[in-house]
Amino acid sequence: MTYRSHADLGGQDVRDAIVQEAEGDVFHAPWEPRVMALVVAMGPTGLSNIDMNRAARETLPNYRDLSYYEIWLAALEKLALQNGVLSESPPPPKRVLHAVDVMAAIKQGWPVSRPAASPARFSLGDRVRTVQREPPHHTRLPGYARGKVGVIEKIHGAHVFPDTNAHGMGETPQWLYTVAFDEKELWGETAPLQCSIVSVDAFEPYLEPA
Amino acid sequence: MSEHEHHHHEEHAQRAPSALETRVRALEAQLTEKGYIDPAALDVLIDAYQTKIGPRNGAQVVARAWQDPEFRRRLLEDATAAIASLGFAGRQGEHMVAVENTPEVHNMVVCTLCSCYPWAVLGLPPTWYKSAPYRARAVKDPRGVLKEFGVELPASTHIRIWDSTAEVRYLVLPQRPPGTERLSEAELANLVTRDSMIGTGLPKSAA
Repeated sequence: MTYRSHADLGGQDVRDAIVQEAEGDVFHAPWEPRVMALVVAMGPTGLSNIDMNRAARETLPNYRDLSYYEIWLAALEKLALQNGVLSESPPPPKRVLHAVDVMAAIKQGWPVSRPAASPARFSLGDRVRTVQREPPHHTRLPGYARGKVGVIEKIHGAHVFPDTNAHGMGETPQWLYTVAFDEKELWGETAPLQCSIVSVDAFEPYLEPA
Repeated sequence: MSEHEHHHHEEHAQRAPSALETRVRALEAQLTEKGYIDPAALDVLIDAYQTKIGPRNGAQVVARAWQDPEFRRRLLEDATAAIASLGFAGRQGEHMVAVENTPEVHNMVVCTLCSCYPWAVLGLPPTWYKSAPYRARAVKDPRGVLKEFGVELPASTHIRIWDSTAEVRYLVLPQRPPGTERLSEAELANLVTRDSMIGTGLPKSAA
């Protein structure tokens, strides 16, 4: 089965107005906070990780028709089915998040930095070319930044690699870099100039020397 | 594309909320019954993100950086540690980077692939941050997006867009408004808007 993400929106021709909202308006329906909390609370159960969650969301065929919390809800339902949560013999949760532990769990967070298995391949200032091919699985290199030449601007250490972690193939930590691209490289010589530079955070396997 | 999008937005507005409400209740009941969820934990989580963790946290970080050069230096060098020193460490802020606006460079943050956002300092993202138009246009037409937010920068200002494609989270350190030398840190924090820390806005000017 081919993998298709419907979430890769950078640079696409979407003309709707951006609807601004006041600072306190983070929820727009009474069920939305419940969905947010369910997503967070399911984390410690270990049934899925953040990359599996993102993969479940971005492959929803009606992704573009749903509001963001509808996307989260649909992905929760999909993962619950996939993981056998609703079956007769559901897998045991690794841990259940209880009310008394919530604030500590938020404070602790979920760091994804890991010891590096090998030295970094690239150094600050190196010119790199991003891979052109779109892989048939979850990945975090946006389409607009494929096959483009940029410069290594930051090195973040080794982080959990979403491409494998999303598919139950382990964390296989990879070096993570901020790679900056000139606007002409991304959008071509004819696009109106904005005096802009865009960066993505790219894992080492996404990059080749340029 | 525009017409298509508009059509769907209208559908959202007309959709009966009860259907979604029912789905969420059913899922929560099932997950609770099977022993995955403690509903009381959901209440605490919701309260945390409605009353404790929001953009006022980030505003305190910015105000401190404006007031205290040593803190500003630490924030730009290791934002995760500097922010933790003010008590705002945690979920979706595990790997923070602060990017400073100057007369030459204006920073703006987006997540074109989903909704990555520095929860620890800004709370939950606004709907527009997660929406298709912002995610599509922020990288390709940043000046157009800024104009929609009422921000027009000199043509010579470099616009620097940070697409949060991994787990690093970005906080924009806006420029301190002129005429604020005598303000207290708390008064300075009141000038710092959420949008100014995403880069789609500027801080309020001194009264």
